[in-house]
Amino acid sequence: MSGLGAAAEPPSWLRGSREVFPPEEPGAAAPVGFLQQLPSYQSALRRRNAPGAGTQGRRAAQQGSWGRRGAEARGPEQDGGEREARPAREYPLSIAEKRRLRVLQQADTKYLSGWKQWKRASNKSLKKALNEVKELTSYLELWRHDIHSIEGKFGTGIQSYFSFLRFLVLLNFIMFILMFSFVTFPSIISKYGIFNSTFANIPPQNTEPHCTVYTPSGNKGLVYFYTYLKDLLSGTGFLEVTSLFYGYYTIHTAWFSNLSYNLPLAYLLATFAYLALSFIWIIKRSVEGFKQNLVHGEDQFQSYCNKVFAGWDFCITDPNAARLKHRNLQYELQTDLEEERLKRKIADRTVKEKLRIYSLRIFINIIVIAVLSGCFYSIYRATVFSQENSSDISNTNFQANLLVQYLPSIVITLANFIAPQIFSFLITFEGYSPAFEIKLTLMRCVFVRLANIGVLLFSLWSQIYCATDECKACGYNYKLYPCWETEVGQEMYKLTIFDFMIILAVTLFVGFPRKLLVTHWSCKLVQWYGLQEFSISDNVLEIIYGQTICWIGTFFSPLLPAIATIKYFIIFYIKKISLIHTCKPAARPIRASSSNFFFLLVLLIGLILSFIPLAISIAHIPSSKACGPFRSFNTSWEVVPDTVLGFPTGLQQVLYGVASEAFAVPFFVVICIIMFYFMALAGAHKRVVEQLREQLVLASRDKLFLIRKITEAQRHP
Amino acid sequence: MAPNVVPMDYTKDPDVKLPMQLIINMPELKENPFKERIVESFSEDGEGSLSFNDFVDMFSVLSEMAPRELKAIYAFKIYDFNTDNFICKSDLEKTLNKLTREELTAEEITLVCEKVIEEADMDGDGKLGFADFENMISKAPDFLSTFHIRI
Repeated sequence: MSGLGAAAEPPSWLRGSREVFPPEEPGAAAPVGFLQQLPSYQSALRRRNAPGAGTQGRRAAQQGSWGRRGAEARGPEQDGGEREARPAREYPLSIAEKRRLRVLQQADTKYLSGWKQWKRASNKSLKKALNEVKELTSYLELWRHDIHSIEGKFGTGIQSYFSFLRFLVLLNFIMFILMFSFVTFPSIISKYGIFNSTFANIPPQNTEPHCTVYTPSGNKGLVYFYTYLKDLLSGTGFLEVTSLFYGYYTIHTAWFSNLSYNLPLAYLLATFAYLALSFIWIIKRSVEGFKQNLVHGEDQFQSYCNKVFAGWDFCITDPNAARLKHRNLQYELQTDLEEERLKRKIADRTVKEKLRIYSLRIFINIIVIAVLSGCFYSIYRATVFSQENSSDISNTNFQANLLVQYLPSIVITLANFIAPQIFSFLITFEGYSPAFEIKLTLMRCVFVRLANIGVLLFSLWSQIYCATDECKACGYNYKLYPCWETEVGQEMYKLTIFDFMIILAVTLFVGFPRKLLVTHWSCKLVQWYGLQEFSISDNVLEIIYGQTICWIGTFFSPLLPAIATIKYFIIFYIKKISLIHTCKPAARPIRASSSNFFFLLVLLIGLILSFIPLAISIAHIPSSKACGPFRSFNTSWEVVPDTVLGFPTGLQQVLYGVASEAFAVPFFVVICIIMFYFMALAGAHKRVVEQLREQLVLASRDKLFLIRKITEAQRHP
Repeated sequence: MAPNVVPMDYTKDPDVKLPMQLIINMPELKENPFKERIVESFSEDGEGSLSFNDFVDMFSVLSEMAPRELKAIYAFKIYDFNTDNFICKSDLEKTLNKLTREELTAEEITLVCEKVIEEADMDGDGKLGFADFENMISKAPDFLSTFHIRI
């Protein structure tokens, strides 16, 4: 090791001191005696030379003080009890020395009792078995090889997008399995009488007869071919009566040879289950990133060190990717320096300039709100228009009908495309630092996308709510929507299909022609326009939007997760091909660690936002009396109190007690107190870490000072 | 890589070393700006020739399974260009030039070096010792994900 040459004298095990004290200090050899006696130094030495050795272990071995190390190794084991020796793999020694170390460790075991020996051996074989199992399961991981190669060629930022996509595919698949096995499968087998099953369909009591009229026009007789296509694309016609939509599950109980299966309860509980499952899974995945963010805060207090020492991605093997990475690093460092300059400029702003900037910001925010209101209003009008005109069956013009059906989806997609462009244009005038600019634009885009879905649902409900007395008897607009849940399900279905088609179309009809243009036409304008950038944040927002629709829509259309799984599965390959062939990676790189947490955070926001429409639909809006499993209940939620009434009295009392205010309010207060406690604890820890850092710096300065004094005192006694 | 030099049978522990030139032309290391330093850090004789044991060492440390402390130790060796067990300003300048292929201006390089030392230097000696480096690396979120090679 080349470092050894520089350390001819003093002996190697003093190298620890050389790392703290500069070697140029005159007379450094003289006070060395004191330094060896410092208790902190002794304990550091002992820690390093025990079975957990650092670099000094290597020198010591070469110096032949193996016996001393062996004795020291045995020492702490005898007084500290059995200490798990780390596997030889984890020591920073060369292979030859690791082999010697292993021999030594095996010799050590002879000194232990038989029980401890067996324990150690079984631990070792258990670890080995676990490792093998882990390796095998990693082969089963979906798309392992694809994501590896993407990471190698394009870096960890883009790889995090594809890992996120894979996570969504798995999540949707599990949701589909859940809904299928508890809702769809029992319905199908009881409807077809397989396994000696029957079903009971209890007609709703206490409702007007006009509420229960529902005749879905499944295509009967001869129809034009394109009707099937129209039905496939908009979920009407023959699709409406299939198990895809809520209307199919008009069963109250299913009987499997003496076992009764309460389908309405199962439907509701499966809905809660998939929401809870998504929530827990996302939180579990985001805990890691959250810990990092909490401890290190928003300001990247080590951004330069991180970029210099952990900036180069050692996985890169492609020369193009390497060139790109060099440019990215250079760009990042230059941006950081630029931000420093800007921060200083902002701090130097005069009062007059501040006033100007703030009034400009208020004005731009007003424009942003105006843009948002424009989007929301156009979505509302489009939905109302589409709902009013699509039920006009006499309109047999295929294209016009399809256009009217898809009008809300088209308007939403346009809004999702135009609004971010406007936002990124406006933000350049607001005079924020570049990092904050990116964050604010992203937040605004997220808000637009999620709020658009909310407005669509709101406009649907404004149609469902009714005004006339006759309609109030049913609770919903029975004339237009005898089965309103299926309508909502159809809208969600249309949104999903349209989203998928847009992604396909943009890749095929915009990405590839652009690439052809740029490669074959060397006009300056075209070259300046360049290839499409793979913007990670835009792509992520796109798939989060699709996933929010899936979460909301699964209650109304239980097979929607299956469609979403297939959709994301195909999107993976489309995006991969588009990335490899038609894109250049974004000039502004996003770091993998913070971006993972950001994706999951936005996904969580989407999930929580999807709770609201579902809660309103389940608990507030009366369920359809003409179709679906909740015919005999007022609202979908009522099946739960109904079931609870069937429980033994003791259990009922407990459940009522838990749900009453007397329990809920103190529980909520206790949870708040616990939360505040943890927040205060985290804040205190942060402060303590800062203080300890300062103390460390001062302590080492003290040591330097003392050393100097001692050397002087020794020189002039 | 060098079938004529390296024997197939290693049971007799032959002392075969591969020269640095051969190793830094490996596809996994070819594009890495620190390839020479990596090979030098793992080589026994300090000249860059790796025996089989050194070679396995190198990939073992750079694999996904190696613990953070181990990687930090070798990362420190790699970035210490003049091997004085400190990462001083000249080491940082060389690192930056390798990272950006000398596209930054001298003023920018000085600024960045100053910032790095300001952020990581704990004991105030103007350069990074191993304790400073390890402390800083333990807080760098990307270190584990970027400091590994896939084979």
